[in-house]
Formats: sequence, C-alpha cells, structure tokens
Amino acid sequence: MSKQNTHSHANAHDHQDHKPTGFVNRWLFTTNHKDIGTLYLILALVMFFFGGAMAMIIRAELFMPGLQLVEPDFFNQMTTMHALIMIFGAVMPAWVGLANWMIPMMIGAPDMALPRLNNWSFWILPFAFAMLISTLFMDSGGPAAGWTMYPPLSLQGGQSFAFVVFSIHMMGISSIMGSINIIATIMNMRAPGMTLLRMPLFVWTWLITAFLLIAVMPVLAGAVTMLLTDHFFATSFFNAAGGGDPVMFQHIFWFFGHPEVYILILPAFGVVSEIIPTFARKPLFGYSAMVYATASIAFLSFIVWAHHMFTVGMPLTAGLFFMYATMLIAVPTGVKIFNWVSTMWKGSMSFETPMLFALGFVVLFTIGGLSGLMLALASVDLQYHDSYFVVAHFHYVLVPGSIFALMAGTYYWLPKWTGRMYSEKWGKIHFWLSAISVNILFFPQHYLGLAGMPRRIPDYSTQFTDFNMISSIGGFIFGASQLIFLGVIIHCVYQSRKPASSRVWEGAKGLEWTLSSPPPYHSFNTPPVIDATTIAHAEGTY
Amino acid sequence: MKKHNTFIVAAAVTAAVIAAFWLLLAAPGYSGNEINMTRGVTTMSAINYQLHMIVLWICVVIGVIVFSAMFFSIVLHRKSRNHEAAQFTHSTKAEIIWTVIPILILVVIAVPATKALVKMEVAPETEMTVKITGFQWRWKYHYVEDDIQFISSLDSISNAARRLSSGIDPRSVDNYLLEVDHPLVLPADTKIKFLITADDVIHSWWVPALGWKRDAVPGFINEAWTEIMEPGTYRGQCAELCGKDHGFMPIVLKVLPKAQYRKWVQGQKNRMDDERSEVERLWSREELMELGEDVYAAQCAACHQADGMGLAPAFPALAGSAVTNGPVSAHIDVVLHGREGTAMQAWGSMLSAADIAAALTYTRNSFGNKSGDVVQPQTISRIKNGKIHRK
Repeated sequence: MSKQNTHSHANAHDHQDHKPTGFVNRWLFTTNHKDIGTLYLILALVMFFFGGAMAMIIRAELFMPGLQLVEPDFFNQMTTMHALIMIFGAVMPAWVGLANWMIPMMIGAPDMALPRLNNWSFWILPFAFAMLISTLFMDSGGPAAGWTMYPPLSLQGGQSFAFVVFSIHMMGISSIMGSINIIATIMNMRAPGMTLLRMPLFVWTWLITAFLLIAVMPVLAGAVTMLLTDHFFATSFFNAAGGGDPVMFQHIFWFFGHPEVYILILPAFGVVSEIIPTFARKPLFGYSAMVYATASIAFLSFIVWAHHMFTVGMPLTAGLFFMYATMLIAVPTGVKIFNWVSTMWKGSMSFETPMLFALGFVVLFTIGGLSGLMLALASVDLQYHDSYFVVAHFHYVLVPGSIFALMAGTYYWLPKWTGRMYSEKWGKIHFWLSAISVNILFFPQHYLGLAGMPRRIPDYSTQFTDFNMISSIGGFIFGASQLIFLGVIIHCVYQSRKPASSRVWEGAKGLEWTLSSPPPYHSFNTPPVIDATTIAHAEGTY
Repeated sequence: MKKHNTFIVAAAVTAAVIAAFWLLLAAPGYSGNEINMTRGVTTMSAINYQLHMIVLWICVVIGVIVFSAMFFSIVLHRKSRNHEAAQFTHSTKAEIIWTVIPILILVVIAVPATKALVKMEVAPETEMTVKITGFQWRWKYHYVEDDIQFISSLDSISNAARRLSSGIDPRSVDNYLLEVDHPLVLPADTKIKFLITADDVIHSWWVPALGWKRDAVPGFINEAWTEIMEPGTYRGQCAELCGKDHGFMPIVLKVLPKAQYRKWVQGQKNRMDDERSEVERLWSREELMELGEDVYAAQCAACHQADGMGLAPAFPALAGSAVTNGPVSAHIDVVLHGREGTAMQAWGSMLSAADIAAALTYTRNSFGNKSGDVVQPQTISRIKNGKIHRK
C-alpha cells in the first residue's frame, strides 16, 4: 500500500512504467487489476482448450454407432469433466477476467477495490483445476455422474470424489471473493458523476451477476458438502434407505444451477450491449429498459429451478407454477433482443470482427432462447427432457451465446489491452468458420432429441447415425477454428506492428477509450470528468 | 463497393448452403432420418405433439420477424452505403408494445400447455397396474394384478456388438441397442397405471411413442398412466444418466390386442408355476452350470465381465476372489442382499431362486474357481423365505 501512496504523489505519466519487476513479483504477487485480468483470461483460454479436447473425444466416439475409442465409463467422465471445466474453468473465469480488466476502466477507477483479495481469488483457481483434472489419473477415475452430480449415482464414485468436492469448494470461494470485489468496486470506486444509471451495461450486468454468485455459490457448496458426508461419513441426506431424499439434492442443486446459467449469460448481454452501439454508431436503444430487464431476469432465475425437474414428479400446482414462471423469462429476454435490433435500426453499421460475433450472438442466442420457451412447457418437456434437444438448447445459449460474446469482447478490447490491432482478416475467418460450424454441430442435435436420442449416452441406435456424423464433423471444424482464435491473439500480443489508437473504433464511447492503448498500469489516478461525450450511454441530462 | 458487399454475399451464401443442406438431409422421405417428435400412439403423445408443433411454429414466426428486421437493418443501415446514423435512444410506445405482445403470446401458449399438463397429471380410473423398477442396468416389470414379474435386459446380440472394438458392425444388428430379451407386453385400448421406482440410482423410463418419460427414483414411487391405441412394438431407452451402461438399458413395449394379451398372461402364469415346482426338485450340477452360464452372461457379465476378471476399481473380479472361493453362506448373502454403496444389486428380489442358485454354482466353479459347491434352488428359496437363518 505504501508503494501506491508514494506513487500517487508522482506525475501521472510515470506510472505506466512502474510495473513490478521479475516474473514472480509481476504475476504471482500482483495486485493489479489488468495483470489479474490477464491471468484470468489466460486460465480461461487454457481451460477452453482442455474442455474442448474432451468435447472432441465425445464427438469422435459419437461419430459412428458402436464403441470405437473409449469405454462407457471414460465417456461419462468426459461429459462430466467437459461440463465442469467449460462452466467453472472457461466461461466463469473469462467473465471475471473481463470484469477485472474493464470495470475499473469503465467507471473511472484506478484499480479494483480489494486488490489483495483479487490476487487470492485468481490464484486459488489453478490449484482447484489442477486438483479436478488430477482425478482423471486416479484409480477410481474422474467424476462420471454428470456435472449435476445427482445422488445416488455420484455417491458410487470412488475416493476421487473427495477431490472433486474440494475443488468445487475452492472455485466457489474464488467466485464469492471475486464477486465481493466487483460489488465493492462498483459501489465505491465510481468517478464523481458516474451515477448508477450512467454505468455501461457491462458494469450493470456484472453487478447483478455478482449478487447472483454470492447468493448461489454457498448453496452449491452446501449441496456438495452433503454429498461428501453421505459418501465418506455415512450420513443420509440423500440416501433413501437411511431416511434421506435423493430429490432434495436436485432442488438444492438447481436452486444454485438456474441462477448459475444466468451467471454465464448476463455478462454476455452486457458485452453485446457495448459492442452493437459502437459499430452501429448509434446509442444503445432503451438503456434503462435493458437494466431493468437484466434485474428481472436475475430475479426470475430464483423461482424457476424446478423446470429442470418436471420428469422427477411434482404436484400439478408446482408444475404449473414453474411452467408459468419459466415462460415469463421470455418477456425481459425479448425486451433485450428487440432493443439490440432497435439499436441497429437506422444506424450506420460496419462489420468488424467484434460486431460479427455480437450479431452472431443475437441470432443464435435467440434460437437457443426460443427452444428454451419450448422446454418451459411442462407437459411437452416430458418428451424433450434429457434428450439431445436439451443438449442442443443449452449449447446454443452457451456456445454461440456466452462464448461468442466472450470472443466479441476479446476482439473488441484486445487492441485496447495490447496497444496493437489484431488481424482483421483472420478474425473474420475465425468468425465465419465458427458461426457456420457451430450450426452444423448443434442444429442436428435438435432433430436427434426429437427423434428420441437420450443425452449422455456413448453409443446409439443406428437410426441416429447420419445426424451424429454431421454433428461430429461440425464439432471438429469448430474445434479446429478455435486454433485460429489462439493464433490471432498470439499474433496481436507479440507480432502485430499496427498500433491501436486510444479510441480504436470510430464509434466507441465510454471511459475506457479515453485512456491510451495500452492503458497506463493504474487506470485513472485522478477521476475523469464525466459528460455526455465520454460515457457510453448518455441517456438523460448532464 | 465490391468489398462492401462481401458481408452480404457471405451471409447469403452461408444461409443458402445451410438451408439447402438441411432440406436435403432432413427430408424424412429422402433419407429415412426422423427429424420431428413422434405423434405416438396415445392420447397424451398426440396432445404433446400438437403442443410441440404449435409452440414450434410460434417460435419460427417470432424468429423470422426478429431476424428479418435485423437483416433488413444490416443490409440497408450500413456505413458502406453511407447511411447516416439516427440518434434516437428510446421509444416508450415501442417498448410497451413489445412487452405486451409477448405476454399475450405467452397466454395463448399457456392455455393448451396447462390443459395438457392437467391431462397428464390427473390420471383416469385405470384397469391394470404395472410396477416398473429400474436398476443398473435393466428394468424389472411387475404386473400387480396377475402377479407376473420378469427382468428385461439388452438382448445378447446388441450386447456383444456394443463392446469396445467388438468387430461387429452395429448396422448389421436389428434394432441395435433398442432390443431386449423380455419385452414389456401390454394390452391395447386399456387404461394402464404405471408405478415407477428404482432400486439403486435414478433412472428414467422413456418410450417416445407414449408421449412422456418419468424418472425412477429410489425411495419414491412415481405414477404415470397410458392408453395405447394401436397394437405394435414401441421402443425407448433409459433417459437419466445411471452409470456406465446407461446407454444400454433399452425398453421395448409389445402391445397386443386384448384377447392375445390374455393368452400371453396365461402363458406367463404357467411359466411361473413351472418355476415354482422346479425350485423344489434337486438339480444336477450340469443343469445348474448350464443355466448359470446364461444367467451370468445376462445379469452379471456387464460388471464382472465375461471372463470373471471384473473392471477395476469399481467392479471386483470373481476369478480367485475371497467371496467366490470362501464360505458359500457369505456368497449367498452378497448376491441376495447386495453390497451397500456399490453397484452390487440385491438380486434376491430380482431373480428366481433357480437363477440365483445357478449363477452361484457357475461362479464358484468357473474362471479357475474350484470350490466344487453346488447350490440348490431350494436352498435359496428357503433363505429368501426366512426358513433358514443366514450364518
């Protein structure tokens, strides 16, 4: 702290060069929001390829009927680990990384409110994931009961289950600390004049996401702790033979699980709401409606959990309640989609890579949202549930949803982070290959599910062959396309010779674009002046 | 100008290629690929099919409207066409409209959806009851009124073909992975109640032609009902991940006209009577070994493997094990009552006394095990009925 205090007396221009020296000081002990953001993003990218490799194993096994490559138990470990790694290792840390980088710059703050906590939130994660992945090499193998870990099946796992539970606890601690930090930063560190309703939407969506995380991560921790004691200490929380209730786990899990899926998507709404106005050269349509819609979605996420459980059996009135509540989510989500389209309407659009990914997001996320509406209908869900239709639905909202938004955000802010332009040509090639292959990958899965193929099976009846084969081909192309993404990033960071201006994009608005590219090590040492020309969403008067 | 249009051309070509591709592959008449939900053969499946089609078309229309507006804007409101950006930021009227209209659409969907759920959940008076018990990885069916019961497992041809690198082409197997040894036989035009539960982990009983699935949860009994209108064979699978052989737990329904069904019931009753008298006689070692080999292949080999070597670490080897070579009473105890916390079932309620005795005899005298023991069906029967105290 004393080091920072002496700095604040020095000339602001000095700061850029006062990074800690040496690898350990710079990265292991860092308290800087940008360095920690970078660490989060690197971890997320590594995990993305890890989880992606598992998806490739899954799609390779499903390429043809019959078992060619892996035993069913290993296949189940792959589906389970793919989900855990993609959700907790790729998408969540990537959003925290973006939050770390962007929130202080977007609200006119020098850094995050709690820098040491920030360091700890990150450095827990590599250990958590090392432990989770290490279970694959243990005698009893990795977790194989699905990422939902339903007992009694998950309790049949071997000793490695304890490692899985401990790693989930560590991820939860990291998420909670990260969220506390984000809330503290947004509540306390805004520049004068940056009122709540002038904040960029990315900041708003993250604020709401952080509250969701704090509310539900302890619920998950409780659920997995009960699994732990059922497994190793002979309790009977979920053991029917001991007076427990296996269905109770599902209620607890999905009370965490449904807000969790909005944790994965709400920051995506934020990023897309920043990018579309920039490239439409037109202010975001209905800023305050967007904020209220986000808050409504967050509220609804707490009262719809049992729509994951329509087949478990529940009273008719409960079924009706959860069906109606789930259908209601379509209203605020619709508002968002209409507002994005209205933002484009009568704009002056150009189609650089971030915009392409944002547009891809709007179209493909909408498809995922519409299949979500179909799944909400409890009675038809008795057909859809646990089939490939569901797999198609949630991959549409997660891959061309969350992950496209993450890529859009990466391309959008990469020049700001590095001070250099990425290769627009290769960015566009990455987009088109991804956008086409993701549809070849996931669209046929709707057909498979409707035709009766259950999810999480390593082998299938021969009538499902064609669409599985097509889906796998799409999967391989999609997987390979992501190597282009890696290449574009590495090229931009180390090789690109094209400098980025501080504004980078012609239509970009917001405080982050008033800083140089790359920005100084401590973002804003003196609070910036807030007026209609510097902030992203200038609704109302100044 | 040429460069400016690259985006439109790329988008149009992409859309056209994808559309053509799907039309070609998705046409069921052309390729034999089913792409839509089945209409099924029950009232419930027809209702769900209709509801599915209604909401699907509503979604398609919404999608077309939203995407048209978006692409219209993308094509016309571009910088490359020198379109000047308007600067409006909101329109209360528009926002009210697109909040209210979706709510109205939801109400329109909610009406049939509510009716369908009520129809499913409020069962009519039923004429017969079948209790379905899921366990790793087969189904047990118990006809409550007629007291018939049997286990239904993946048939042996699929079971051989599905092994890793089995060398058997699944395409050469009829109904690969969707065939069982003993199908669930049901009468047509009869209101049937199902009581669905599980013995070990959660399973889910799903035959798409009936229009629903229901989870089989240990400690719970879920109710469902059906009335099948057309005789025929209908296939389904377990739909809830239940361990390594989750994908190999099919369901086959054989629906017969009522008269034929009664005949089948009589046949089953005779079979069960035969089994009862079979239990009382003394079996020869050869008979037990022969039956035991079949029972082992159908019930035990999935975990303990055909060669008795098991699959470490979850599924122990029987070859040379302390249980198969130790005291017979302990072995009987494990087989009848299972081992808690593992995948080992309590087979006492699943298999007949003869099957259990044969499997015990077989495992104690195979895979290099040489106990020489012969376990008689009547011994098992008496233990099961509490006439001999264990240990």
